[in-house]
Amino acid sequence: MARLPRWVSQHLAALRALLVLTAVTGILYPLAVLAVAQLPGLDHKAEGSLVYDEDGAVVGSSLLGQSFTDEDGNAIAAYFQSRPSMAAGENGDYDPLVSGASNLGPESVVDALPDPALGWDGDELATKSLLTQVCERSYAIGEREGVDGSRPYCTESGAGAVGAVLGVFYAEGTTGDVVRVVSLNEACDAVAAPFLAEYEGVPVECAVYGEDYAAAIVTPVEGDASGEPAVPADAVTASGSGLDPHISPEYAELQTARVAAERGASTEDVEALVEEHTTGRFLGFMGDPAVNVVELNLALDSVFPAGDEAGPVG
Amino acid sequence: MGDTTAGVIFIAAMVAALAATYRPLGDYLYRVVTRERHYKVERGIYRVIGARPETEQHWAGYARSVLAFSAVSVLLLYGLQRLQHFLPLSLGFPGVDPYVSWNTAVSFVANTNWQAYSGESTMGHLVQTGGLAVQNFVSAAVGMAVAVVLVRGFARKATDRLGNFWVDLVRITVWVLLPIAAVGAVVLVLGGAIQNFGEVTQAVTATGDTQSITGGAVASQEAIKELGTNGGGFFNANSAHPFENPTSWTNFVEVYLILMIPVALPRTFGRIVGDDRQGYAIIAVMGVLALASITAVLGFESLGNGTVPQAVTAAMEGKEVRFGVEDSSLFAAATTLTSTGAVNSFHDSFTSFGGGVLMLNMMFGEVAPGGVGGGLYGMLVLAVIAVFVAGLMVGRTPEYLGKKIGAREIKLASMYFLVTPVLVLVGVATAFLLPSNMDSLQEAGPHGLSELLYAFTSASNNNGSAFGGFGANTPWFNTALGLCMLFGRFIPIILVLALAGSLARQRPVPASAGTLPTHRPLFVGMVVGVTLVLVALTFLPVLALGPLAEGLQ
Repeated sequence: MARLPRWVSQHLAALRALLVLTAVTGILYPLAVLAVAQLPGLDHKAEGSLVYDEDGAVVGSSLLGQSFTDEDGNAIAAYFQSRPSMAAGENGDYDPLVSGASNLGPESVVDALPDPALGWDGDELATKSLLTQVCERSYAIGEREGVDGSRPYCTESGAGAVGAVLGVFYAEGTTGDVVRVVSLNEACDAVAAPFLAEYEGVPVECAVYGEDYAAAIVTPVEGDASGEPAVPADAVTASGSGLDPHISPEYAELQTARVAAERGASTEDVEALVEEHTTGRFLGFMGDPAVNVVELNLALDSVFPAGDEAGPVG
Repeated sequence: MGDTTAGVIFIAAMVAALAATYRPLGDYLYRVVTRERHYKVERGIYRVIGARPETEQHWAGYARSVLAFSAVSVLLLYGLQRLQHFLPLSLGFPGVDPYVSWNTAVSFVANTNWQAYSGESTMGHLVQTGGLAVQNFVSAAVGMAVAVVLVRGFARKATDRLGNFWVDLVRITVWVLLPIAAVGAVVLVLGGAIQNFGEVTQAVTATGDTQSITGGAVASQEAIKELGTNGGGFFNANSAHPFENPTSWTNFVEVYLILMIPVALPRTFGRIVGDDRQGYAIIAVMGVLALASITAVLGFESLGNGTVPQAVTAAMEGKEVRFGVEDSSLFAAATTLTSTGAVNSFHDSFTSFGGGVLMLNMMFGEVAPGGVGGGLYGMLVLAVIAVFVAGLMVGRTPEYLGKKIGAREIKLASMYFLVTPVLVLVGVATAFLLPSNMDSLQEAGPHGLSELLYAFTSASNNNGSAFGGFGANTPWFNTALGLCMLFGRFIPIILVLALAGSLARQRPVPASAGTLPTHRPLFVGMVVGVTLVLVALTFLPVLALGPLAEGLQ
């Protein structure tokens, strides 16, 4: 047999090496781990920490968050609410088929306003900035839980809330006198008047769809809201996975009274249940204290079944 | 306990854990790569490969083997993805698009694990486990093998023989990566990471909704993904996904897995060159840079500057409650200081300065402690440059570990250093030439530039993390970033092997009164200084336009 050219034999050796190592690391290794994972105590976890109802049907995983909302996305008052989720798939939020985050940056503060003829739902190019999303969530949760939903850089506006952001035009571009001020996130058709009447002595205009404000300096307005808002941070931000099963103990505490009232249970009893499903920092320093919403709500359903009248809030 | 205190204790505990394994793991690695005898099972593998384990290669032969192995790997992985729908365990997914297949194949072979796709909706079990996870092992082993060759270059005298690639590859994969990954995987299952080959389970939730619960061999892939500083997530959400990283303590384990081999390799280096103190000096340089960077990320994220974090009152967007801001920041620092690129929180939503430090970590060339192998050889190249600079100051021929750093050596080291800046800066500039590329930027202004800069920095340095808002899945970016990953991995490897060859040929010069001792704090400070100056001079202008401009608004 004629000897193969050197470069061919070298690549054949490489191919054989890859196939051998594929057998070891791509087949034997995962199967070995799979075999160990069948041990009692591990098997449940390896399968995804699935939770079953009394009929043996899967109702979820204690590791994957769920949304506790009705078909229209409104919070169901008898349940503790999860964090906002960016994993929105065919079955709504918290869809494990599309895990992910908003990926919006710390200075995502200006909305791309919708064409008034189409509205937010109809205009595909319209997007809400992260700031406006945070403000909307904060005011909505404040209303739901009966607390002040205000926070810095947010303002109530029209029917909801937006990021309080001005576009300021200066006489010489970035310096000089203020010549014109626009409230960038408040479209003229959505608000009666901007959140601020005047800025540096100049009257504030509402924003007109299609007008180019690129030359304006984006200026968020902090406002006089408390630096320690009643609605906690995790309640107004989306997680990285979109599947976060946890909320902070502060957010759980905020919701306890409502859930207890809705289920006809005492606040103390619900608090005790929350406590039961709270994990502290591991060894006292790893991670943050967290309440598992999925497990908590399932426990609530079995201990304090909600009446049929339980409906959406507000 | 305050949040920041908890974060500081996390760092202290991590340092203690890494210090505990520095010597045993480094010594074990030393024995694996220097053992004379070949085990029977190894001989069996060499027979199948057709390799002669007794024959050592010169640097060019070694390089040819590395390139042949990597080329075959790219082709096979490309084929596996393209033909996925004809193969078993595809979960019904179609064959992967050619641009994504090319990008992903290069990405995993180059130890980058940049992902232009979303795992749970693109890749079936066979591609994940039999293709991607295999590259997690072997691309890591290739990096470690190249690092060992460079160290042999320093240690050996008057020879052109530097070891046998197939021996190094097999030994590192089978005796180092495989056992540690297996233990790590079982530990992760204990925490709740999944390990099955099931299809999607449909759950009907308490509110009557349906939830599709995914399956997969996640724990086994997660362990090697961290251990081999690869970083490619089984799921789109990577290590933020509760099935990949279920608890706050699995998070600690994963950060430890990321750092353990890169931190132990300087010990192996010290053993091979026969002077443990040289290893301590190198780990000291890595430690100084790493601690400074970790402190900075933790500080910036805890302070939470910026309009949205101030409105929220914490930099909590894109972060999980179970990890909190602190442990998310520490994971982010670890993943960018090494070439891992796994994420447990989304870097795009980090504060401007926090995200800027993550970019800077990668711009250092990922040397503190860097990827498995890549970190050590990158740091040794910087040490060579530092020795050269010191030699210029006192007007003596520079030498490191008894080897003269002459014209050839310093040319190779300089070219090594220049590869990634060229790829990053030329890449970013070229991207701007095509107006349609601007559609990939999720945000306007400085943050948009940061997204683009992060993408090219991550690809060229073989990190693989991203500012996720960036729309990388276009033919142009899949091709361009794929080329950056390819060149960013293999040009430096060839230069390092050439450097090893030229060092090994020399006879060592005896140390004299004029020799700069390379195990003292003075030398550690020199290397840190040279690294900071070189990287700052290269990247400060573009950083000023991106994260700095955004943060100073």
